[in-house]
Amino acid sequence: MKAAPMSRVFPIALNTFREAVRDRVLYNLVAFAVLMSGAAILVGQISVGIEKLVVINLGLTAVSLFGVVISIFIGIGLVSKEIDKRTLYTLLSRPVRRWEFVVGKFLGLVGTLVLNTFFMAIGVFGALLYVAHHFAKPDAWVLVALYFIILQFVIVTGLALLFSSFSSPLMSAVFAFSLFIVGAFAEDLRGFARMTKGITRWIATGAAYLVPNFSALNVITPVAHGQPVSGQLILYNTAYALIYATMTICGAVLIFERRNLK
Amino acid sequence: MLAIEILGLEKTYNVGFWGKTPKHALRPLHLNVEEGEIFGFLGPNGAGKTTTLKLLMGLVFPTSGTARILGMELDDPRMKAQIGFLPEQPYFYDYLTARELLEYYAQLSGVAAKERSRKADEVLAKVGLPNVAGLQLRKFSKGMLQRVGIAQAILHDPKLLFFDEPMSGLDPLGRRDVRDLMEQLKHEGKTVFFSTHILPDAEALCDRVAVIHDGELKGVGAVADLTSGVRGKVEIIWSGRIIPPAFKGLGADCHVTGDTVRAIVSEECQDAALDALRNAHLRLISLSPVRNSLEAYYVSKLQPGKAAAEVRP
Ligand SMILES: Nc1ncnc2c1ncn2[C@@H]1O[C@H](COP(=O)(O)OP(=O)(O)OP(=O)(O)O)[C@@H](O)[C@H]1O
Ligand SMILES: [Mg+2]
Repeated sequence: MKAAPMSRVFPIALNTFREAVRDRVLYNLVAFAVLMSGAAILVGQISVGIEKLVVINLGLTAVSLFGVVISIFIGIGLVSKEIDKRTLYTLLSRPVRRWEFVVGKFLGLVGTLVLNTFFMAIGVFGALLYVAHHFAKPDAWVLVALYFIILQFVIVTGLALLFSSFSSPLMSAVFAFSLFIVGAFAEDLRGFARMTKGITRWIATGAAYLVPNFSALNVITPVAHGQPVSGQLILYNTAYALIYATMTICGAVLIFERRNLK
Repeated sequence: MLAIEILGLEKTYNVGFWGKTPKHALRPLHLNVEEGEIFGFLGPNGAGKTTTLKLLMGLVFPTSGTARILGMELDDPRMKAQIGFLPEQPYFYDYLTARELLEYYAQLSGVAAKERSRKADEVLAKVGLPNVAGLQLRKFSKGMLQRVGIAQAILHDPKLLFFDEPMSGLDPLGRRDVRDLMEQLKHEGKTVFFSTHILPDAEALCDRVAVIHDGELKGVGAVADLTSGVRGKVEIIWSGRIIPPAFKGLGADCHVTGDTVRAIVSEECQDAALDALRNAHLRLISLSPVRNSLEAYYVSKLQPGKAAAEVRP
């Protein structure tokens, strides 16, 4: 019975994925496909040289919003739903540690989102091909933008999980969504903080850095204009998202480890 | 080795608007369960049975006290691989089929990959659900879910089983199946700790029982001892409505119900009573010693004032 934790985390993740698929989460792809083809056809008719710009902008923004909504609405229920429905009773009476459960659920949802994004990416590139008739080299940067969007999902899922470990589903959704909006202006917040003085400056700076930096993860506009993304930013964002998400998961685990199930 | 060793487990919930009112769901409980026995945990609604099981399963944490299961700490995964738990009113992932659920749980319990589907089919057959393995659990009735609950508890061939009201929601045949199953588990050398309200079941199955009320342990004992106490009286039942006059002199306590008469007499008067029946040409139906029922013990523990009252099964 000295099996590695991964031998429990992985099946839990897989089951979370299976749940999402059976709960028809991937149906959002249908809406996305309709949106993308509609946009492509419409933009194709205008044809004034900005088709690609519009398709990339619209496509990536939609990918991001669809995914964030899924991250939040499933993320807040990942653990709390299992507590409410008492499906955890027969799970935690097995050789599964609580942290393994939380990490498994988290990875399962992230996996679902990656797959979902993969299909959406096909849609975006399909629309791109439709309006431009061929791919150009800078289109490869769209892949980087998509990667950053996935990093956003990783952080948002972590936040939803963290909030839901101590507050109601509705409040958790509100908190997570607010942080997503505020985080989009993280760079501006950091700028404001620098303008204040004294103790306020310490607090404001602390708060500004605590907010997840979604603005650094958003390269949709430059990519839509065919501008490259620096390798340094890719590295920095990857490390940032992983560290941020790990911290939220650690927080959620710390709370959940002490919790009395109802 | 003791299967379960409960060392002063206590659980107090803080209830009320401000969370200031203490609710003693379980007072410090000390209890040992031996390996290989069937142990019944009895008590009225709200007594603290489920609370005890949840504490033992690590689902809630004790206010004070500890317990050891199979000699190990409550959070030890090695111990959890060797136990099975049926919760009260079990509920499962309703998007899975019964077989998928059991295969998933088997995997988490460390059952080898090639064994899983065989084990799943085996336990489903054991609990009387051989034909619904491919049905989604959302389509299961209450009793069917209870059976799945039992199946998942015995799935990985655990040494020690915890059942919270195993008979609840089951039809008469289902109850009999579960009784047989528990006997079979004992036969295989396993330990079963279960809570129940059904005293005849406990009487038939258990080696020992504990009675708990208001979170407090009221008594523990071997069922054989609790029920064997022949109180020097016998019960005689015969057909008809006639009570031979001789019975008056024997100090018999007679009741006529329908077409039978039931009389309780002391052991010394047994022969005289039978002679009286023979002389009156009455047909004897049964003669049996009056035993203490488990129910009488249970009632005496819950209502000490009524201890003397005789309760018939
Ligand atoms: N989460 C909780 N918060 C407050 N009180 C609780 C909580 N859980 C249980 N209790 C209280 O603890 C007491 C014992 O409950 P428990 O569920 O252990 O009873 P039980 O013996 O299993 O009863 P039943 O036979 O009805 O299942 C009850 O009075 C109940 O109200
Ligand atoms: Mg109960």
